[in-house]
Amino acid sequence: MSPHGQAEPRDPHADGRSRMRAVVGSTRVEEEIFGRVFDGKVVRRLWTFVAPYKGRVRIAVGAVLVFTLSQLLIPLLIRYAIDYGMAPDAPGGLLAGIVAIFALVIAVNYGASLLQERITGQVAENVLFDIRRKMFGHLQHVSLTFMDKTEVGRLMSRLQGDVNSMQEFLETSVQSVGDIALLIGIVAVMLWLDWQLALLVLMVLPILLVVRVLWLARARSAFMAAHEANSVTNGALSEAIHGVRAIQATRREGLNAELYAELTERTYRSQLRASRLAQIMIPIVDTLTGIAMAVVVVAGGLMVVSGRIEVGAMVAFLFYIQRFFDPIRSLTMQYSVMQRAMASGHRLTEVLDVEVDVEDAPDAVALGPHDDASVEFRNVTFGYDPAHAVLKDVSFSVASGERVALVGPTGSGKSSSISLIHRFYDVQDGSVRVGGHDVRDVTQESLGRHIAMVLQEPYLFTGTVMENIRYSSHWASDADVIEAAKAVGAHDFIESMPRGYDTLLDERGSNLSLGQRQLLSFARALAADARILVLDEATANIDSYTELQIQKALQKLLEGRTGLVIAHRLATIRNADRIVVLQQGVKIEEGNHDALMARQGLYSKLFTLNYASFDDIAEDLDDEERKVAT
Amino acid sequence: MTRHQEAAADTRMEFRRTAAVDRQAGIGAIARITRMCFRYPWRAGLAMAATVPAVCMQLAIPVILGRAVDQTLAMDRDTPDLHALTLIALTLLVVSILRGVFTLVQNYAAESVGHALAKDLREAIYDKVQRLPFSFHDRTHSGDLITVGMLDLEGVRMYFSTALVRTLLLTLLIGIGAVMLLRTDVVLGLLALSFVPFAAWRSSVMQLTLRRTWLILQEKLGVLSQKMEENLAGIRVVRAFAAQDHEMARFDASSREALEYSHRRIDVRVRSTSAMTLAFFAAMGLVLLYGGRQVAAGEITVGTLATFLTFMTILQMPVRQLGLMVNGYARASTCGSRLFQLMDAPVEIADADGARDLEIIEGTLRLDNVGFAYPGQGARPVVSGISFEARRGETIGILGAPGAGKTSLMQLLPRFYDVTEGAITIDGQDIRDVTLSSVRQAVAIVQQDSFLFTTSIENNIAYASPFADDRRIRGVADSAQLHDYVLGLPQQYSTVVGERGVSLSGGQRQRLSIARTLMAEPAVLIFDDSTAAIDAGTESRIRAALRDHGKGCVTLIVAHRLASLKHADRILFMQDGRIVERGTHAELLALGGRYKALHDLQMNPEPDVLEQEASR
Repeated sequence: MSPHGQAEPRDPHADGRSRMRAVVGSTRVEEEIFGRVFDGKVVRRLWTFVAPYKGRVRIAVGAVLVFTLSQLLIPLLIRYAIDYGMAPDAPGGLLAGIVAIFALVIAVNYGASLLQERITGQVAENVLFDIRRKMFGHLQHVSLTFMDKTEVGRLMSRLQGDVNSMQEFLETSVQSVGDIALLIGIVAVMLWLDWQLALLVLMVLPILLVVRVLWLARARSAFMAAHEANSVTNGALSEAIHGVRAIQATRREGLNAELYAELTERTYRSQLRASRLAQIMIPIVDTLTGIAMAVVVVAGGLMVVSGRIEVGAMVAFLFYIQRFFDPIRSLTMQYSVMQRAMASGHRLTEVLDVEVDVEDAPDAVALGPHDDASVEFRNVTFGYDPAHAVLKDVSFSVASGERVALVGPTGSGKSSSISLIHRFYDVQDGSVRVGGHDVRDVTQESLGRHIAMVLQEPYLFTGTVMENIRYSSHWASDADVIEAAKAVGAHDFIESMPRGYDTLLDERGSNLSLGQRQLLSFARALAADARILVLDEATANIDSYTELQIQKALQKLLEGRTGLVIAHRLATIRNADRIVVLQQGVKIEEGNHDALMARQGLYSKLFTLNYASFDDIAEDLDDEERKVAT
Repeated sequence: MTRHQEAAADTRMEFRRTAAVDRQAGIGAIARITRMCFRYPWRAGLAMAATVPAVCMQLAIPVILGRAVDQTLAMDRDTPDLHALTLIALTLLVVSILRGVFTLVQNYAAESVGHALAKDLREAIYDKVQRLPFSFHDRTHSGDLITVGMLDLEGVRMYFSTALVRTLLLTLLIGIGAVMLLRTDVVLGLLALSFVPFAAWRSSVMQLTLRRTWLILQEKLGVLSQKMEENLAGIRVVRAFAAQDHEMARFDASSREALEYSHRRIDVRVRSTSAMTLAFFAAMGLVLLYGGRQVAAGEITVGTLATFLTFMTILQMPVRQLGLMVNGYARASTCGSRLFQLMDAPVEIADADGARDLEIIEGTLRLDNVGFAYPGQGARPVVSGISFEARRGETIGILGAPGAGKTSLMQLLPRFYDVTEGAITIDGQDIRDVTLSSVRQAVAIVQQDSFLFTTSIENNIAYASPFADDRRIRGVADSAQLHDYVLGLPQQYSTVVGERGVSLSGGQRQRLSIARTLMAEPAVLIFDDSTAAIDAGTESRIRAALRDHGKGCVTLIVAHRLASLKHADRILFMQDGRIVERGTHAELLALGGRYKALHDLQMNPEPDVLEQEASR
């Protein structure tokens, strides 16, 4: 959308023979930042988060009003001090009395401000954390279909940026109550002191409002432009940092620096423009203040001379004038804050409203040790998009203690099958049964305990090795964890690390090799000690030594368990009791190795090609079959 | 790879945000930033110069208001001097306008110095980051560099307006104001100014505390977002282990900690601001009491009292900002120190004085007793005693267990690192004696982890040669077996890859990276384990397509799959940084050594063979 995203490709050849394809930084699709000022649905939703703090919010609003009142009283007290306390004929204690009241008022002011700011700040923070928790918790249960099609980055910006702008809104909302009260209060007091002088002075108010509104529209677009230019430039820098090795290898340093200079130039210009627009309000407000003060001096002065008002009232007027520009400024700011909050709130509501389509049935039972460790697919039909089935009427079963290999070319539905066992998704037709129960009739929690799963890509969390292996198996003691690591052959390399099991893993375990990460994920599955093991074998080619270790670990892992393995390696396949061959979502062959070889079908064709990895040939063969078909 | 990372951990550069910067460096940084600000002498001068009239106008307002009050009181009820009153009012208006205008000039000029400085620094940082050698990037977290380039830059940018100009402003405002008040009435003046030291101290303490707690809070929030992000990216693991409760507990622990800190920050802020306001009003009460007595006694006029009171309100905001000024210095000193640490980092790999471009005649690559150790790792070399020669058209295969030094060796050829022993020459020219750019033009490498840029596929392929025409791009894409895949994409070659576009699988990334490298038409072409995620069939097709490319250059292939290396003219088997076996596939099989063992292992991966191999 934004034309600012990329440094414009320049055409170095006048005849346009070949244009330059170089850009630095990337185009950003910025999200809607401002929404409607008021969105009833969003506000109602937000209120559900504020409601638990209702009592405190009331106190805060009360404190704001008291605070505002005390601020209004201070110039008035000064007025009384001047007009009555300092008169030559004033009773001796009067001035001291007024100052005593003054002291009382400022004490109240102090207390009210302390109370108000603290409660507002804390409630806003609490609500912010509550919203974030609610969203995060919700994301733990929403359908994987939603998670699959939503980028993590996008969700993170919901959890951070959008949640933060709600906080800003909450915090300033209470202050706005104060601002409005202060504005009304000042106008009221001025009118009460002298309504004619007040009206004269207040003439500047509409001017200020109009100027402010006109200014806001322009200033906002300038601020946005500066913000965007800045983030694009920062994006280009971060690209250079992450891609520095590729940049040096391709010798793009010089050209990139030139392109980057164009971005910094644009940022510079837009920031100067934003800064000009921000500063221009200063002389405008000062001029209006000047006008208001001049009016008080002339008109007020004459009124004092004519005895219509006291001199203290004139001084009070001068004080109030200096005060009343502040609330107007923050109120106009509040307008933007609200728009931003509504846009964010709308996006938050969207996430919170994502349906949880895989839920425990009300009468769901828990799978337990008394249930067997069998898996059965009964005429399963399933598609991520119901119109396009990726599994068609598939039936097979794995008996307790049996080991079944699932093989087939890419896109044959192997991975989808194992997602169904875990009820990541619900089938459209037929049923998936674990331990004799339809997975829709058991609790997801117990299903998770009954089945351990090893994904193709080993995924580790930041934390120690110990924490990663134990993960959610709280019942596993340190000894159990070490036992599991030993069993899969990970113990030695773990011990060789500087702090052994307490070694902190970098982000996603980037300080480990792929093979090591795989062994850890095996250990994690072993520590979970489930009766059924579902495993998606890695396809990446790792060196033969590590490969060997992994094969051995795999045997260990499957010992005494029901195993369902998406297999790519011949060794794994040959060790299976039974093999299920899938192709394009249909089960085409099933049986043990010898039976399938005897059948002379797809499996035997694949096998006789004698590659180390099953998938390779599968793809090749698939191609060839297609060629033959066409 | 792993040793490489160990080396990184050993000497990881400390760019951490919370790390205290030593005093000396901090002061040096401030001096240097100050000097840099005056690279824009006109704007900097203007900002400073405009501050003086802005302050004077500011201070004139209370005086004029006092005069107005006195004038009013002095006037005769029957014949009011309208003229005098109007004159005062007009003065007031003009002074107000001037105050606004000068403040505008001062602020704008100051901010513009900051923006100009930021622009220059951004370009310098970018340039520096791009030129710093691999060894620097190995031991520096990319996140830390990004922090320097964004947050630290911001701290330095704000220095001129929040610290330097504000110092001048506050000094003048408080200084002149104090003199004026004290000259009018010493006691009253002292009372009016009594809140200043307390507020200044309180505000400085508050800002410094807020800054410190901000850094801690950012760290805690960083941990929290890392947990959230990991959870979302690994949601399948979470679901697979039914670990939602476990994850919520982890989230809650981090979240609670962060929340506690943000509450603490609110507390610090609220206490301080409320205390400052109280001090201010208390001083005002004292002025009212004492001043009121003086007025009653006829010692001073009501106008004078009004002057004192207005002056106090004018001074209130700036005094509270003293803390911001102190914070401005603190921020500039830490941010500046880190920024200069980056700017001053030596670029160890650069052109030698008077270096010429590499001249390719025969295109012969030669390694002479090459040894290499990562910096900061003692004397332990990862590669040593490597010698071999390769001529144009030849293919060299390299294999060995992880950690044997294959990748490290390959990284030496484009001079990503300098050899610590021996020499690498191309046609007799040591690669350290010719220009870096010409070496990297001649030696192209497909790296293990290929970084793709968030831009279109064609831009990615043409990264090294941005002026390439479409035909050529399609040609190399075809050689890398990528063309058919690209044609299936919605916008074909214009499809954007990465974060905001199509996400590619590991194999597709590697193919794209191969295409990108082929664009360079190098004299030495290196594949560093760059086909691991590509299936065997596709790989053999790539190999066939590359046969033509290979004729014009030396090809080096690092791989685990023997099929990838079998056809090489020579195969080097590496172990512990040395070449332990060399020869053709047939020769090495006949040798019956490690290569043979590996071959058997790959061809017949039966567990019993594995057992034997493991016990070797």
